[in-house]
Amino acid sequence: MAFFLETLLGGLMAGMLYSLVALGFVLIYKASGVFNFAQGAMVLFAALAMARFAEWLPLLTGLTQPLVVNLIAFVLAGGVMFFVAWLIERLVLRRLVNQEGTTLLMATLGIAYFLEGLGQSIFGNDIYKIDIGMPKDPVMALESVFQGGLLINQEDLIAALIAALLVALLSLFFQKTATGRALRAVADDHQAAQSIGIPLNRIWVIVWCVAGVVALVAGMIWGSKLGVQFSLATIALRALPVVILGGLTSVPGAIIGGLIIGVGEKLSEVFLGPYVGGGIEIWFAYVLALLFLLVRPQGLFGEKIIDRV
Amino acid sequence: MSKRIGDVILDVRNISLSFGGVKALSDISFNVREHEIRAIIGPNGAGKSSMLNCINGVYTPQQGQITFRGQTFSHMDSHQVAVMGVARTFQNLALFKGMSVLDNIMTGRNLRMKSNLLMQAIRLGPAEREEIEHRKRVEEIIDFLEIQPYRKTPVGQLPYGLQKRVDLGRALALEPQVLLLDEPMAGMNVEEKQDMCRFILDVNDEFGTTVVLIEHDMGVVMDISDRVVVLDYGKKIGDGSPDEVRNNPEVITAYLGAGH
Amino acid sequence: MFYRENGQFKTSYREDQQIFPIAQDRVFIALLLIVAFVGVPLLTSDYMFRAILIPFVIMAMAALGVNVLVGYCGQISLGSGAFMAVGAYGAYNFFARVPDMPLIPALLLGGLCATAFGVLFGLPSLRVRGLYLAVATLAAQFFADWMFLRVKWFTLDTPSGSVSVSNLQVFGMALDTDVNKYLFCVSLLAVLALLAKNLVRGAIGREWMAIRDMDVAAAVIGIRPMYAKLSAFAVSSFIIGVAGGLWAFIYLGSWEPGAFSVDLSFKLLFMVIIGGMGSVMGGFLGAAFIVTLPIFLNQFLPLIAGLAGFEISTTVVSHAELMIFGALIVWFLIVEPHGLAKLWSIGKQKMRVWPFPY
Repeated sequence: MAFFLETLLGGLMAGMLYSLVALGFVLIYKASGVFNFAQGAMVLFAALAMARFAEWLPLLTGLTQPLVVNLIAFVLAGGVMFFVAWLIERLVLRRLVNQEGTTLLMATLGIAYFLEGLGQSIFGNDIYKIDIGMPKDPVMALESVFQGGLLINQEDLIAALIAALLVALLSLFFQKTATGRALRAVADDHQAAQSIGIPLNRIWVIVWCVAGVVALVAGMIWGSKLGVQFSLATIALRALPVVILGGLTSVPGAIIGGLIIGVGEKLSEVFLGPYVGGGIEIWFAYVLALLFLLVRPQGLFGEKIIDRV
Repeated sequence: MSKRIGDVILDVRNISLSFGGVKALSDISFNVREHEIRAIIGPNGAGKSSMLNCINGVYTPQQGQITFRGQTFSHMDSHQVAVMGVARTFQNLALFKGMSVLDNIMTGRNLRMKSNLLMQAIRLGPAEREEIEHRKRVEEIIDFLEIQPYRKTPVGQLPYGLQKRVDLGRALALEPQVLLLDEPMAGMNVEEKQDMCRFILDVNDEFGTTVVLIEHDMGVVMDISDRVVVLDYGKKIGDGSPDEVRNNPEVITAYLGAGH
Repeated sequence: MFYRENGQFKTSYREDQQIFPIAQDRVFIALLLIVAFVGVPLLTSDYMFRAILIPFVIMAMAALGVNVLVGYCGQISLGSGAFMAVGAYGAYNFFARVPDMPLIPALLLGGLCATAFGVLFGLPSLRVRGLYLAVATLAAQFFADWMFLRVKWFTLDTPSGSVSVSNLQVFGMALDTDVNKYLFCVSLLAVLALLAKNLVRGAIGREWMAIRDMDVAAAVIGIRPMYAKLSAFAVSSFIIGVAGGLWAFIYLGSWEPGAFSVDLSFKLLFMVIIGGMGSVMGGFLGAAFIVTLPIFLNQFLPLIAGLAGFEISTTVVSHAELMIFGALIVWFLIVEPHGLAKLWSIGKQKMRVWPFPY
């Protein structure tokens, strides 16, 4: 029982990490109807930027206090992501305004490759560390209830909390602010939004900037956990089933979807894996997404996809 | 020119269609006789296209039945409808923009093509003969619609009036018994309308094709149709010969507003 | 003025419907075939075969398959790598387990295995499209990744997970020299390309394009979307599966599941986008481009850098490759969504009216 709970908790927390990446997908889709395949590359790019800035700052400025260095590196990386967002809107999105979804999808695929190459050219392609002071030792909790207690990874816990905070902020942003409303209008119908005076281009830059910051937070957390390396870019592929489950247009859906996938992967690997040779994690999320596609393509919380004649 | 208008070939009974909370069609009933030209008219949003979509199987009505040649259905399947001999054109031109005029109209022949995948891959022999045979029929349609110079042009590059003809050509390629035309003259000038009228009348005259026609141009409707159905806000408010409908006070109110 | 069709009148539909109705095209194809089958073997070095020509021919075949599905039928697929894998392992199992199984039937059976796999994972296309379909095809990719990694039966229970083939021969000719391998691949490519071209210009090809352009209208004129989409998946997977078999048997010789990863799927999609969707020629152009680009960059970039006075390492070149791929994809999608094939036909159009501008 304790083991089951541990696996469950581990799954939940892994799921939160997926949700962080999925959030970026949902944001951009909600606000522009574009699915951003480059989100993973953005996570990598942002993480690389922050890791290297944190490395170079002490050398350039003599600052050594970790908190200060990390903070400045975070801000600088954020600035870089804003610049990247602006460039993407200016050079790519603006010229593909009326194209259909598949074209835009493939364009973001191209952007992903470009960012991966660029990031590694500028920042290097070794494995870098991000050290934001996350406690690395696991902790035993609930020792009174279960014998020996439950093994909880503190780092994952804090990451989950950060993710939850981010989600709350974003939900508030979308629901309560004027910009959030404008974003939702744009996602619904580009032309209609334009015709009531919403500046499409500016909105898109804002959205991609926010997505960039989300990518940075995700990159920071994943990077702290796994080290910043090229495989970070493939995280986008791991997080894609999450938005299918949760619904491409739902921020809470990204969380719930992430949790379900996280738990599902862990549980299926531990309990089903031994019967089929292991490695279920490779495809579990995707096959689950596949089943959803056949039964309920819009996911748990997404809007129904309507095809007009 | 006396036309032998036959028995009822298409019977629409008590059709109701809703989208979410919006009722597009309320309890519509009318019939269509063989070989006639039946117009459906009404103000914008009256539900005319939705009615055609129900006959065609694109929409499924919540209530009602459609009887075609004695067979009754509560919901039509697009493919089945095409097999039964009902073809249609679209208000917004659902042409295959990436293909040439010839290919677009050839797709209308696909129902009648029998070669399987393997035969088509080899092409020589039966598949080639079948292609040529259907090409002949399509060329007849192209001649009929006077679009010969454009046969190899991708339809996306053609002007609107010509695209409408290709749409008609594709529907004709099915050799339909019933032709559903959704605003075939929309956006055309006087000459183009005259051409289109001529085509419709010729099709009806030479092949005896029954025509169900949605149209806004009252002159056209009064001139070429045998009977007219009038819809307004999803309800039927008139049904009869063009003259009867023209003098119907409800119809006048619907089009011109109360007080006329 | 070189490419004028003037004077080439067609007096029958049969003539008008040939694969290459324009005489200049017929000449061009004839020349191409002569170069491919006679010229190349006589004039090329082993290195060229191994590094460029054989991978190009096999990838062109795979791109042909992807084009049928993505370009002609409009169904996005990110699982092409998996179809190649199924074709490869299918062919391998028939070859290794059935005594005296000849090579070509083994490859064709591998293709049929890929067909079954493709139709199965193509079923979601009946419900969803676009991104959602892409996810479904990714499911196929990752499932295949796992299948060939963990289900030992497929790899004949070898401990390392990697398998190999050797002593290949076809009709008595041993496929040991690069020239022989190349001729074998190019022959298969020519046959499959011809069959594919026939399909694409026939009734089923029109059905595929109708589904791509507007599937609701297609249903209304009597085309059954289910049959059209699944047949596209079937034909496409078959061709990709055979290409996978060739890739494994001829090019790699020995391989592991990782050879057919999602990266390969992306590469194939890029070939189709850059080369031109919905055009048989496009697949060839795209494959040529993507196969030769890394080699070109490897030679060219250090050269330029050398001129400018600094050295470039291979990692820099590989990063540059990623960036150039990405930038090109975006560029093509913005400027010429119909890819190199469209540029090619624009070129032909210019040749038609040269020396006049239009």
